[in-house]
Amino acid sequence: MRGTNATRRDLLAGAGALAGVALLAVRPGEATPASMREAIRKVVGGADIGKGRVTIEIPALVENGNVVPLTVSVDSPMTAQEHVKAIHVFNEKNPQPNVIGIKLGPRAGKAMVSTRIRLADAQNVVAIAELSDGSFWSASAYVLVTLAACLEGNL
Amino acid sequence: MMIPIRALAILAALCAAGIGALAAEIPAGERRSAYDSMSRETRAMQDDDTANPATLWVLDGETLWTAKAGDARKSCADCHGDAAQSMKGVAARYPAFDAARGTVVDLEQRINLCRSERQKAKPLAFESHDLLALTAYVGRQSRGLPIAPDETALAATIEAGRRIFHRRQGQLNLACTQCHDDNWDRQLAGSVIGQGHPTGYPIYRMEWQSLGSLQRRLRNCMVGMRAEPYAFGSPEFVALEAFLMWRARGMKLETPAVRP
Amino acid sequence: MARALINVPRKAKRGDIIEIKTLISHVMETGYRTTQTGQVIPRDIITLFTCDYDGEEIFRAELHPAISANPFITFHTVATASGTLTFRWTGDNGYSVTETATIAVE
Repeated sequence: MRGTNATRRDLLAGAGALAGVALLAVRPGEATPASMREAIRKVVGGADIGKGRVTIEIPALVENGNVVPLTVSVDSPMTAQEHVKAIHVFNEKNPQPNVIGIKLGPRAGKAMVSTRIRLADAQNVVAIAELSDGSFWSASAYVLVTLAACLEGNL
Repeated sequence: MMIPIRALAILAALCAAGIGALAAEIPAGERRSAYDSMSRETRAMQDDDTANPATLWVLDGETLWTAKAGDARKSCADCHGDAAQSMKGVAARYPAFDAARGTVVDLEQRINLCRSERQKAKPLAFESHDLLALTAYVGRQSRGLPIAPDETALAATIEAGRRIFHRRQGQLNLACTQCHDDNWDRQLAGSVIGQGHPTGYPIYRMEWQSLGSLQRRLRNCMVGMRAEPYAFGSPEFVALEAFLMWRARGMKLETPAVRP
Repeated sequence: MARALINVPRKAKRGDIIEIKTLISHVMETGYRTTQTGQVIPRDIITLFTCDYDGEEIFRAELHPAISANPFITFHTVATASGTLTFRWTGDNGYSVTETATIAVE
């Protein structure tokens, strides 16, 4: 089994440091909670990631992992002084951890973006918001993925 | 996961009977579209034309409708005018009996007959982008209308389709009816078995991440049953389509639908 | 199929926050699928989507293979003045599509 409960708790608590957490062996072309943490670290650096202000709307159970509706919103007045600069979405079990990287500004009016994503397996999706004051905030959601029956295979 | 086949003996006896004498047929009041068992989000995707990926094909169909084609340099619009008027109700009653040819044709075949005979153009390949676009556009004009095949004109074809629906096929020796009449709403490999009504074709199927026809979906079923799928445009498929539309009579057309 | 579906309100009041919906036809081939003979199907995705409103960029998204085929992206902007919104999608293999929409702001 890839990942452990302890790994997930580390992430949700916003730990930027990887000290004390064993890196899991990574098969080429497969993301793991560890490679997701690494992808997040590339964006966030060593900064703390606060919990809150970010909301993920995603179905808890999807009929097909090819088309998963996702909405990320961030609680922010979106003024020139205080706004969301960027939203980054990550996953932990697709072949690679990045999903989408969004740049916003005060002209957005509202920090709320929707799209449709692919999820290869039941997994956590993590959204990180970067605010104009340099702070980072995150939310995470777990999605169960089922597939339509009677597949035509790799046609 | 094994599917109970407790009603098989009864079914075998009933297979010999004609239309209307089926204990296995889903009563009209219990007929449900796959739409009803989809998640809120997937339903929202279908209901919003600005968010439904199938709209991309409908728009292309709208463009093709007025495009001159073939040696006759004719567009669909040249004969049929405004599709919103002339095509209203058409998809809801296909497959239909073509009196000139004396055969039953489905909508894709009808479009291709128009292309070859009226426009003097090459027929479009099954599952080609253009044929799907035109079928989606024509089908869209019947959205919300009750499915209403001509039972009298199609009687023999519907009966042929019903026999296929009830015939055991493939390595799993399964008949369509065993899942879709006897076990709908139960789960197969983590997803809910639908009743199998063609209420929204052509559909944007998430599994395909593309638009596709009823025949493509039926081929998926047959491959899933480990049966040799019929060829696109085969009389078996036209008969099955006719039977399935008859079986869904009265249900509203949702074309173009979104399905998992 | 170079078809994009864009939904922008035709008019809005100055200061309104409007929602913009975009849908573009693209296979978004991940680069992780294989043929039946085991060959990898090469990646072919849209990598960048931007929106300019009267010449100023108001939205930018970097897309990865995890974005579904026929990418659907919605976002918001403040209706500031009547003008043109320009949408650009670029990606692998020189893919580049530009579409525009106008809005009347009173």
